Amino acid sequence: MQYKGAKLLIETLCDLGVDTIFGYPGGAVLDIYDELYLNAHRIRHILSAHEQGAAHAADGYARVTGKPGVVISTSGPGATNLVTGIANAYLDSVPLVAITGNVGVSLLGKDSFQEVDIVGITQPIVKHNYIVRDAAQLEHTIREAFQIATSGRPGPVLVDIPKSVQTQAAVYKGFSEAKPKPANPMPDLTEAAEAICAAKRPYIYLGGGVISGGAEKEALEFARRISAPIGLSIMGLACIPYNEPLNLGMCGMHGHYASTVAQSKADLLIACGVRFSDRATGNVDKYRANCRVIHIDIDRAELGKNVVPDICLQGDVKAILTGLLARLQPQQNPEWLAEIEALKQHLPPPPADTFTPQNIIRAVRRHMPQDAVIATDVGQHQMWVAQHYPFTQTRTFLTSGGLGTMGYGLGAAIGGCIGSGRRRTVHFTSDGSFGMNLNELATAVSQNLPIVTVILNNGVLGMVRQWQTIFYQQHYSHTTLCRQTDFVKLAEAFGAQGVRVTCIRELNAALESSPDSPLVLDCLIDMDECVFPMIPPGGCVEDIRIH
Amino acid sequence: MQTERFTVGVLVNNHYGVLGRITGLFSKRGYNIESLAVGTTENPLYSRITIVCIGDAYTRNQVVCQLEKLHDVLSAALFSDEETVITEHILLKIRTSGNEPNALISDIILRFNGKVRDFGKGFITAETSAAPERIDAFIEAVRPLGILETCRSGALAMSHGNSDLLQIPEA
Repeated sequence: MQYKGAKLLIETLCDLGVDTIFGYPGGAVLDIYDELYLNAHRIRHILSAHEQGAAHAADGYARVTGKPGVVISTSGPGATNLVTGIANAYLDSVPLVAITGNVGVSLLGKDSFQEVDIVGITQPIVKHNYIVRDAAQLEHTIREAFQIATSGRPGPVLVDIPKSVQTQAAVYKGFSEAKPKPANPMPDLTEAAEAICAAKRPYIYLGGGVISGGAEKEALEFARRISAPIGLSIMGLACIPYNEPLNLGMCGMHGHYASTVAQSKADLLIACGVRFSDRATGNVDKYRANCRVIHIDIDRAELGKNVVPDICLQGDVKAILTGLLARLQPQQNPEWLAEIEALKQHLPPPPADTFTPQNIIRAVRRHMPQDAVIATDVGQHQMWVAQHYPFTQTRTFLTSGGLGTMGYGLGAAIGGCIGSGRRRTVHFTSDGSFGMNLNELATAVSQNLPIVTVILNNGVLGMVRQWQTIFYQQHYSHTTLCRQTDFVKLAEAFGAQGVRVTCIRELNAALESSPDSPLVLDCLIDMDECVFPMIPPGGCVEDIRIH
Repeated sequence: MQTERFTVGVLVNNHYGVLGRITGLFSKRGYNIESLAVGTTENPLYSRITIVCIGDAYTRNQVVCQLEKLHDVLSAALFSDEETVITEHILLKIRTSGNEPNALISDIILRFNGKVRDFGKGFITAETSAAPERIDAFIEAVRPLGILETCRSGALAMSHGNSDLLQIPEA
C-alpha cells in the first residue's frame, strides 16, 4: 500500500500499539496533524501548553504504563523545547519516542525558518536519533526507534521528519525488518550464589532497573529468601511496598537513616538495576569499604563505571534474580535483622498534627487510593515525598531522579494520570518548581484530570537555601522569592480550583471535598524546614546529619 | 591508576553523522583522543575507525563499553600492543636551501623508509609509513632542517593472526 509519509507514520504507530500521543502542532508537522485529525478514533492526542510539558507527560505516561511514551513537536523552537524532557528521560532510562518535524529536505542546512539540527542537539541525550530523508525509510526507522527505546536499558529516541518526507509517498509494509537484538546470555551465577550463601550481613540495593525489568516480585522474594534488608534508590522507590518489613526505604544523601547505615554495615551489597549515582553513594571508596559488591545490570557500561564490583552479572535483572532464586536455599540472619530493627527505631516519629511537610504528605496519602499516581518536582518537597510517602504499588512514583528537572512534575502527573486510566494523581511541588511549568494547569483543566497539585509553599528555593544555610554561611543569594503570586487565584484563572491551607485540619477538609478535576492546594510551610537526614556531597555515613 | 596510550578499533555503519556520534561520545565523557583515522571497509555499508586514546585501565574499559552502546557501532575492540600491527602515514614538507633534495635530507628520508613525493624551490615533501613512535622520530630527525608542514593520518591498527576482531557481519 502506498501512503504519504504522514499517513505512513500514523499507520506504523497504530501497528506498534500506540494509542496516546502528547504534543503540540506547528508548521513543520501540519501534515502529521492532518493525519491525527483523520485518525482521532485510533490515536488520542493530548495537547500540552508547551512542548516541554508534552515531553514530561510522555515520560510520565511511560513510567506508569511501561509502554514507550510518544511526544511530537514541530521544528525549531518546538523541537528545542523538548530537549529538557528528552534529557530527563535519558538520565532516568525512560522509553520515549520523540517525533519532530523539520523543514523540507531541500531547505535543510540553509538556516531556514524554524530549522534547527535537532539530531545534533540531542545526540548526547538520546539512545539514538534519526533524520529521515526519504519516506521509503520512514516505516523501518519508526519501528527501529521503538525497538531501541524499549529494549535493553530503555531510553529516549528521536526521529526528525522533514516536511517534504511527510508528503512524499512510499510503500507501507506493515511489518518490521529490524532484526531483534539477541537476548543477553545468562551469566554464570555460581560465584554470586556462593558469595550470597557466605554473607552474614547481606544488603540488597534496588533501582529503576528492577521496575523497567519487571522484576519487583523476584526482588522481594530474593530478599525474603536470603533475609536481607532492602535499600532503594530514588528510581527504585515504590518497587517494594513501604510496609514490607525488609524494606528500609531510600538510601543515599537524603535516605532513611536505617537504610543508609545498614548499607555501611553490610558485608555484601547486591545491587540490582542501579547505577550508583553520586547522590546515592557519596564518597565511593568509603561507600564500599566494608563490603563485597555484586552488581546486576543490563548495561555492561554500568558495571564498574562508578563502583567497581567484585562480581558483575550483566543481563536482565528478572532472569538473573530468577536464576539466583533457583540456586539459593532460605537463609536466616537473625542477628543482622535484629540490628536492622534497632536502626529503624533510631529516629523518633515527628510530632503529630503540626503543619510540617512530613505530616502534609501523610495526610494527603490518607485521602488517596493505594494506587494513586504520585508525581513530584525537584527539591526539598521531592525528598520529603521520597522519604515519607508510603508507596504500595510499583510504577506509581514519577520523579526526576537523574536530571533533577524542576518543572517535571505537572507534565508527568498529566501523562501518568492519563496512562493510568485517569486514576487519582497527586502532584507534589513547591512554589519554586511550580513556577517553572505551571502553564500545564491549562492541560490538566482541558483534559479535566483528577490531579491534586500540593504546593509546599515556603517562599524560598528551599533545597538551594538549605545548602546555603549549611555550606555557604547563610548567604541567601537569590533564593528568597519575594513573589506575590496568589496560587489560589492562579488556579482559578486556569479554571481549576484552588484552596489555601495552613493547618492539617484545613488540608483534610480540602481533600475530603476535593473534586475529580484539577485542584491546587497552596500549603504554607516554614521556610527553614530542612531535609534530614543528610550526608554532605562526597561524604559518607559517618558524616550523616540527623538535624 | 596508570595513564597510558591505547588503541581502539571500531566498526560502524557507514552513514553521515556517525563520526560525530563517536567523537561526541568522547567529548561528552571526557576521553582524550590522540588520533583518529576512518575509512570505508571492503563492504561499503561499513566503516572502520581506529582511535588512539590516552587513559587508565578504567577509561580503557569504559571507552569500549560506551562505544558498544551506540546504535551505529557494530563492534569495538581494544588492540593489545603485542598482538597488533599499528602503522601511521605522514606527509612532511621540509625546508631546503636549493631546488633539489640534498644528501642530508635524502639520507634521513631513506633511513625512515620514506619517499620524496614532491620538491621545488625551498621545499621537499616526503612521505613514510611506520609505527607512530617511528613517525615521531622521523619528525624529530628533520626538525633541525626546518619543518614547513606536517600531515599525519593517525594510527591504523589490525590484529595479528586471523582473529575475528571487528568482523564484518554476513549480508
